[in-house]
Amino acid sequence: MDHSPPPFFKRGPAPLVRLFFFASLSLALLVIDARFRYVEGLRSWLALAAYPLQRAATAPIELGEHIAGYFASQAQLIEDNERLRAEALAYAQDAQRYRFAQAEADQLRRLIGVAERLAVRAVPAEIIYAGRDPYSHRIFIGRGAAHDVQPGSPVADHVGVIGQVTRVHPLLSEVTLIINPDQAVPVEVVRNGLRAVAFGGGASGMLELRYMPANADVQNGDRLITSGIDGTYPAGLPVGDVVRIERDADQSFARVIAAPAAGIDRGRYVLVMSRETALPERPVQAQPGKERRGERSRRARKDADDSR
Amino acid sequence: MIPGRDQTILMPVRASTIVASFALALFLNFLPWRDLRLVPDFVALVLAFWCVRQPRLVGLGIAWTLGLLSDAGNGVLLGQHALSYSLLAFLAIWMSRRILWFGVGLQALHVAVLLLVAQALALFVRMAAGDPFPGWAVVVGPLLGAALWPAASWLLLLPQRRAEREPAI
Repeated sequence: MDHSPPPFFKRGPAPLVRLFFFASLSLALLVIDARFRYVEGLRSWLALAAYPLQRAATAPIELGEHIAGYFASQAQLIEDNERLRAEALAYAQDAQRYRFAQAEADQLRRLIGVAERLAVRAVPAEIIYAGRDPYSHRIFIGRGAAHDVQPGSPVADHVGVIGQVTRVHPLLSEVTLIINPDQAVPVEVVRNGLRAVAFGGGASGMLELRYMPANADVQNGDRLITSGIDGTYPAGLPVGDVVRIERDADQSFARVIAAPAAGIDRGRYVLVMSRETALPERPVQAQPGKERRGERSRRARKDADDSR
Repeated sequence: MIPGRDQTILMPVRASTIVASFALALFLNFLPWRDLRLVPDFVALVLAFWCVRQPRLVGLGIAWTLGLLSDAGNGVLLGQHALSYSLLAFLAIWMSRRILWFGVGLQALHVAVLLLVAQALALFVRMAAGDPFPGWAVVVGPLLGAALWPAASWLLLLPQRRAEREPAI
C-alpha cells in the first residue's frame, strides 16, 4: 500500500493527543461562537474561501433554468407579456394613489408632530444558497458588506417579510428566516390594530404569537402586518395569516398559530431593506422578551451596579 | 496473501488527487439539496476514505480545516463540523489497518459505523446548543454515505491504477 518506508523515529505526537488537541480547539471555538461572537472575522474569511464553491454548486441549476427559459414557447411569452402589462397597469394606479396617500399622511403626521417616517431603501438580492443544516432556517443572499448591506436589515420578497440579516460577509450575507425559533417579529392585527410578537415555529414552518391573553381578539384568517414599533421592520409589511387558535381554560395564554405570508421556501429574489433609524434611543428599562439571553443578563447586572 | 484485499499494485497517490477530491466533495455538499438529512455527507466520506488509505498524508489537521470550511459555508456554529470530522479522522486512522483487511462490502459496514458516530457527535453538539431533535431521518445520510463507499473507493483509486495493457517492468 505505502510506497515510502515509514519513518523510524519521529512520528509527531500520538494520534490520541492530536485528537484531544483538535477536539478542545473545536470546543473552544464552539463556546466562543455560541456565547460571545468574537470569531466573526474568522468566519467571514472562511465564508469567503467557501464562496467560489458555493457559487459553483448553484451554477448548474442556474444554467438549467437559463436553458429552460431559452426554450420557452412563444405562446407562453405572449401570455406572460399580456399578464405583466395588465399587472403593471394595476400597479401604476396603485402607485398614483399611494403617492397621494403618502403626501397626505406626511402632512397629517407633521400636523400632529410625530417624527417623520424615513423612506425605506430596498436593495434587490438573489438567494444563492440555503444552509445545508435543515434546522438552522437560514439562507444566504448574494449581497454583502461590499453592497452596503447592514446587519439587522429586514428582508422581504414581493409578498411580505421573510427574515432579517444576521451576519454580513464581504460578498454575501446570512438571513435568519422568520420561522427560526430564535427570531421574533413585532406584528399587529390589521383588523383591530392589536399588537403582538410573532415567534418562529421551527420545523413546522409556522409562526406563533406568544403571550397573547386567552381572551385576545384574534380570529382565524386575521392578517398580521409588521407594526414598525421596534424600528427594525418598516411598518405595514405583511407577515402572515392566523390559521389556528387554541384557547385552553387551564392556561392564561392563547396559542395562536399563523402561516407566513411570504414564500419562505420559494422564490429566488428578495429585497433587503435599510433600517429606519429615525427613532430615539430606547430606554434601558422595560424591554419585552426580544433580546438575547446574554444581553439581558448583562443589562440586569448593569442595572444592579447602577442602583448600588 | 491477505484475504479479501485488492491484489493490484497501485501507483503512489498524488497530492493533487487528494485536493481535487476534497474540492469535489465540498462542491457536492454545497449543492442545493432538498432535504439534507437524506443526503450523505460527501466530505465525511472522502475524508474517511483518505484517512483509511493514506493515514500518513491526511490526518486530523486537514479534517479540522475542512470542518471549519463546512461550518462557515453552512452558517452553523463554528467548530461543530470541525469536531465531528476530527473524531471521524481519528477513528478512520485508528481502524485503517483493520478496515483494509476486509473486502469492499465489509469495509462499507465499518465506514457506516464511523459515519454514524461522527453524525451523532454533530447532533449532540447541535442539541446541546438548543436545537430540537431533527427526527430519525438523520441516520439515513450516513447509511447512504456508507452505501456509496464501494463506488467512492473505485472512483478515488482510479488515478492510481495503472493502465491495464501496460507491460509490467
